[in-house]
Amino acid sequence: MTIEPARETMHVETDVLIIGSGGAGMYAAIEAARAGASVFLADRSLVGRGGATVMAQMTVAVALGSQTPDHWRHHLADTIQAGRGLTDQRLARLLCEDGPDCIREMDMWGVGWARRDGRITQAFAPGHDRPRCAYVDFLNTGPAVSKTLRTVVNKTSGIRKAGDLLVVDLVRHDGMVTGAVALHLATGAPVTIAAKATIVAAGGLTRLYRRNSASANMGGDGYALALRAGAPLIDMEFVQFFPIGHLAPRLIGMDPIMWDPFRYKLGGRLLNADREEFTERYGTREDGEYVITRDLATYAIIKEVEAGRGSPHGGAYLSFEHCPAAALREAFGPVIDRLAANNIDLTRMPVEVAPIAHYHMGGVAADVRMETEVPGLLVAGEAVGGANGANRLSGNAITEALAFGRRAGRTAAERARGGRHAFAAADARAAIALVTAEGGKADLNTAAMIQTLQAAMADGVGPFRTKEKLMRALRTILELHRELGDCPAGGRGPFDMQRIDWLDLRNMILVARTVALSALRRTESRGAHQREDFPGLRPQWQVNQVVRLRGDEIEARSAPVAAEVAAQ
Amino acid sequence: MSATATLKVWRGLDPRAGRFESYEVPLEPGQSVLDGLRWIRANRDPSLAIRFSCINANACKECMMELDGVTVYACTARLEPREMVLRPLHNKALVRDLVTEIAPPAERFKG
Repeated sequence: MTIEPARETMHVETDVLIIGSGGAGMYAAIEAARAGASVFLADRSLVGRGGATVMAQMTVAVALGSQTPDHWRHHLADTIQAGRGLTDQRLARLLCEDGPDCIREMDMWGVGWARRDGRITQAFAPGHDRPRCAYVDFLNTGPAVSKTLRTVVNKTSGIRKAGDLLVVDLVRHDGMVTGAVALHLATGAPVTIAAKATIVAAGGLTRLYRRNSASANMGGDGYALALRAGAPLIDMEFVQFFPIGHLAPRLIGMDPIMWDPFRYKLGGRLLNADREEFTERYGTREDGEYVITRDLATYAIIKEVEAGRGSPHGGAYLSFEHCPAAALREAFGPVIDRLAANNIDLTRMPVEVAPIAHYHMGGVAADVRMETEVPGLLVAGEAVGGANGANRLSGNAITEALAFGRRAGRTAAERARGGRHAFAAADARAAIALVTAEGGKADLNTAAMIQTLQAAMADGVGPFRTKEKLMRALRTILELHRELGDCPAGGRGPFDMQRIDWLDLRNMILVARTVALSALRRTESRGAHQREDFPGLRPQWQVNQVVRLRGDEIEARSAPVAAEVAAQ
Repeated sequence: MSATATLKVWRGLDPRAGRFESYEVPLEPGQSVLDGLRWIRANRDPSLAIRFSCINANACKECMMELDGVTVYACTARLEPREMVLRPLHNKALVRDLVTEIAPPAERFKG
């Protein structure tokens, strides 16, 4: 069997184009379709399997009050508190207020939230004032959410699904987004998509870092698409590092963030090389309970390693050796066997953990209808900036994917009802030229360039930053930018990896510049952005940084936090 | 002298006219076949076509291929200090090298 490479540009028309089929994209598709819109759901990988949602093994924060009385206002207060003064309270309110409804709808669709006595179980997670986090056993929250949404997408009429479709650029006419140009990976053919409304739900940017917890397609595509289409991004300096990503021994077939649920259920002990608990030294005593927030745990582990008290691979030990085998088995069932297959016996040995790039608080600026500044362009899920301020609470990512996805789908369907197609082939020409380009540098090692970028970001734009480190990273990023050039590497054939890498690098380098530049400008430490040369919060920095693309230059400026604007 | 694995990888665009290329890959305990393939791309040949999303979690199910004639996920198959023969899935349409058309028909793009 072979696939004939297609040469002609293929064209499709839809009311609503959705880019990315994680939790946000799929919920948006369902909501837009049931509001009567035709939907084209595009994903660069397999539909509903490639995003961050499927990777989420943890929990979903939502004020259901199913076990302990709760109200979305309490959840909102915690979300705002975690955001260290930068939270867009309108977006945070949408997340907290619509969350319960989305979670109940997911329940009705059969996601299988863990239950006790018939009521949805809600676990405690750091930063929440009460048990608030629903989950699916065992370590199955993300896969169950993805599978449930895939099933509903499949049953909903009006949704066309298209995997292996890499969106290269949005298309604009008179400043309005009118669709997109994509590369069909399986054939190498260019595809144009005319849409009355376009939702970017392509997730975050964790692939910019060497060690990350997301999938290989989270390279900031959505941010780059929006930026090039004229939309501003906000808070790009706020990358969340997950403190206890798996480090050693080598563990395969498991997501590196898998230890968090163990911590929720069993506590566990974070230890240094001397097998001593150390978080108290940095302000939080644990005593076997899991109470330390992500930013503080990241700080404590990195400082302990710097002081020469790290574990052999440069992290900390996480130990469950004090937990009886039966308790481990009860809490984690078959996961214990998967660990055994990796020669890990938690009753007899600790594992090593270290901070790992996990989530991006920044993103495309949007209002509560999920509309951006650019007409025709909406955004959903992690691609949205602002809802989590300078630091995201555990459990808010899936909630925002669902709540923002649903809202974006509803708005897009409304816009499509009143709108008409304004797509013109002439507007798509430059992007088609990228997809079909011939004669790029044949010797460009695009895979190595991605590794170089990931190393520069990890070393210079990681959790702890200085002017010197940031400048060094920026120099590497700009060298890569020059090396990349204007003409895509690789050829027009099916699944040409150098062409795919080149297009990815075009996005990754642009987005890396926005992160490094925003981090350099913010001369204070707040939440996930920690400047060793500027410790502590500075009141004058209680502002969002907004970046725009002007030609090939990134323009950054400060702007009042959205909630304060609204209150005036 | 550290151990190496030899990955003998099927390359090509036409299932009737492919070739094998062999790569020596450094081997650390516990590594996956996907680790080895990613090493080849960054250090030997960036044109080698493979597909994966989740890297390590066995969540995306994209990295299916044949190892010594048996269908595996490259992210959970272990690298071993021997010759390991990798081919694309024989019962799926070939796209390139180790990449095959694995999506269900309803989820494929049709122009």
